[in-house]
Amino acid sequence: MIDPLSVFLLLLAAATPILFAALGELIVERAGVLNLGVEGMMITGALAGFAAAHATGSPIIGFVAAAIAGAATAMIFAALTQFLLANQVASGLALTLFGLGLAALFGKPLEGIKAPPMTPGPFRVNWIVWLGLLMVPVVWWFLNRTRPGLILRGVGENHDAAHALGYSVRGVRIAAIGFGGAMAGIGGAFISIATVLQWTEGMTAGAGWIALAIVVFSNWSAPGVLAGAWLFGGVTVLQLRLQAAGVDVPVQLLSMAPYLATIFVLVLISARQKYSRRAGGTAPGSLGQNFHALR
Amino acid sequence: MTKAAVFRAEGIGKSYPGVRANDDVSFSVGSGRIHALLGENGAGKSTLVKMIYGLVRPDDGRMLLNGQPHDPSDPRAARAAGVAMVFQHFSLFDALTVAENIALGMENPPPRRELAERIRKVSHDFGLPLNPARRVVTLSAGERQRVEIIRCLLQDPRLLIMDEPTSVLTPQEADLLFATLRKLADQGTAILYISHKLDEIRTHCDSATILRHGKVVDSCNPRDHSARELAAMMVGGEMRVIDRSGRNAGDVLLRLSNLSLPAPTAEGTALKNIALTLHAGEILGIGGVAGNGQEELLAALSGELRSAPGTVVLEGDDLGGAGPETRRKAGLLAAPEDRLGHAAVPDFSLTENTLLTAGPRKGLVRNGLIDNAAARRFAQDVIREFDVRTPGPHTAARALSGGNLQKFVIGREVMQAPRVLVVNQPTWGVDAGAAAAVRQSLLDLARSGAGVIVISQDLDELIELSDRFCALNEGRLSDPRPTEGLTLDEIGLMLGGAHGMEVAQI
Repeated sequence: MIDPLSVFLLLLAAATPILFAALGELIVERAGVLNLGVEGMMITGALAGFAAAHATGSPIIGFVAAAIAGAATAMIFAALTQFLLANQVASGLALTLFGLGLAALFGKPLEGIKAPPMTPGPFRVNWIVWLGLLMVPVVWWFLNRTRPGLILRGVGENHDAAHALGYSVRGVRIAAIGFGGAMAGIGGAFISIATVLQWTEGMTAGAGWIALAIVVFSNWSAPGVLAGAWLFGGVTVLQLRLQAAGVDVPVQLLSMAPYLATIFVLVLISARQKYSRRAGGTAPGSLGQNFHALR
Repeated sequence: MTKAAVFRAEGIGKSYPGVRANDDVSFSVGSGRIHALLGENGAGKSTLVKMIYGLVRPDDGRMLLNGQPHDPSDPRAARAAGVAMVFQHFSLFDALTVAENIALGMENPPPRRELAERIRKVSHDFGLPLNPARRVVTLSAGERQRVEIIRCLLQDPRLLIMDEPTSVLTPQEADLLFATLRKLADQGTAILYISHKLDEIRTHCDSATILRHGKVVDSCNPRDHSARELAAMMVGGEMRVIDRSGRNAGDVLLRLSNLSLPAPTAEGTALKNIALTLHAGEILGIGGVAGNGQEELLAALSGELRSAPGTVVLEGDDLGGAGPETRRKAGLLAAPEDRLGHAAVPDFSLTENTLLTAGPRKGLVRNGLIDNAAARRFAQDVIREFDVRTPGPHTAARALSGGNLQKFVIGREVMQAPRVLVVNQPTWGVDAGAAAAVRQSLLDLARSGAGVIVISQDLDELIELSDRFCALNEGRLSDPRPTEGLTLDEIGLMLGGAHGMEVAQI
């Protein structure tokens, strides 16, 4: 007998890492920056969070450390792309490789240790899950109802015009990149501190890439990101149940299922959306382009 | 009648590495005056207005606004001091709404609902109705400019700077703009107006300052001078007179019939049943407001867009389904509007850029290998014949100024001796001297027996060049009319009127 509520709560937890990462990346891309280093920032956050939680015995301090570590990793990307005007795609890929390698190196001594316990929140679900859900309306409200959000969208839409009107394109983008890194770090730490409860090399397992895909297919909207994350979480829970029930399907196929299903459904949805800007598509106009003020 | 000076520049200077962009520039604009800033490309006009708007800091001299020192560190400070600016290339955010665009250009925008109400009211008062909830991407060029103007008006500017505002407008839209500016001036705003269109300045501006090589060379009342005299002051010598003589319409060279194409992109325009004939020695002008199918028509002629058999016939050759290379070999050449990125590869040298279109006709490629020496020679020929100011054919295309690159891309096609040449916006953003040279080269090409199609939004240019005139409106081409005897008003009506604008009523 499956209790729908408990399944839904499991789904929420399974969706939380990519929800954080994707909301962060949503802000980054809305500012016109394409940071492909989400996976790298998540794994850095997962390790730093776990290490801090283990050292202090406080998971809360762990999450704070994860946010700081994620943002710090993101600042490498910010320095490369905003000051040295390096290619964003290459820098983002490098950040992912760098983060995975660095975390594997420093994570060695932590392998096999158990994470400190966390006090659960309402419905015996981790507080971070509720924080993630709260961030959806917060991000939406920030983007669509506040002046800093409007300026951020302006910078992402047309950086030349934003500069001509006197806004600091670089400043806005660095702030957005930092926020994206912090969110990715929290998402990664949720896996190590609250889900797996230990440190394992490469434990983010591609969640950062799914987060990137969700941002694009959500048409750069916060509610769309939530829907994508829930879809991924739902299929994850389902395939775990199937594995536990001993269904006669290779386990590798089942493990693939959440990724395949998410991409497949999102492609179907976006195929129906016109990718025209006139029809309401919202790909930021300056996405992925470096800005250099000619003075 | 003397009015208090709202803005005064005293001995402004600005240097960039290797260039003195402004040198000892002094002028003043009085309250309620429309003051023109005249000069060729590179004369230092944009540097000057950028300093007034806080985008660039002057090296020396000082500026005064309402008698107070004006030294803005950024555009926000300039806006706070009462300076507003409408940019040449619209500084709008496509995906955002009208209200959001306007809010981004204000220091302390009121809450959303109140702002929408004020936009409705001010835009209605000035006869420039706007819906604040519309996304900018859905607006026409004229409507976009309204957004910029309303954005400025909502801040009650003391000084309004307009950088080539009419280059994308129909004559009727331009008249409406001037009615609005005059009304604003009557309320005491000083207006600084930059344009290449001398007739416009003569009709509407109260005074003018003329810049050459970064220095003030003259100031005058433009009403007291002819357009020719103003142009002579700008370039510092007599303008070349365009020579239209010696051309006779010959046989039909190019025939388009039933040319229909779906819009190539979601933002594009579908071509609907285009038909035209072009004779040897003839220049056919095609006018229209941007976005009515100009780019698509050029692409359909160049071969970038292919069409049904029989729709494009050059001297008996059916080229409808042929690609650009085949068409070039047959003698149908094209020079698109966007010189940097479409007509030329920015990071390629001029030699490499000549290869892109002149390969087949000039034999620059042999057995699949590039004949570098021949390509360089051809690039040098173009540079010499068309007076392209550049260190040499090894220079990257992006290093050339707009006017010089335009001379180069037009020259590259003209010197291949085409049977038919199609150009889109041949003198857009090009100064008077270079524009005259480009236009003369098109006339010379027609005199040699080729056919030329000029697609342009500059109606003066079309009247000056073309023998027959058609209007392109929403992808439909009107029947051609002989240009002689056609007035600007009639042309404006052919282009589809004023897009529902009304003259301001306060």
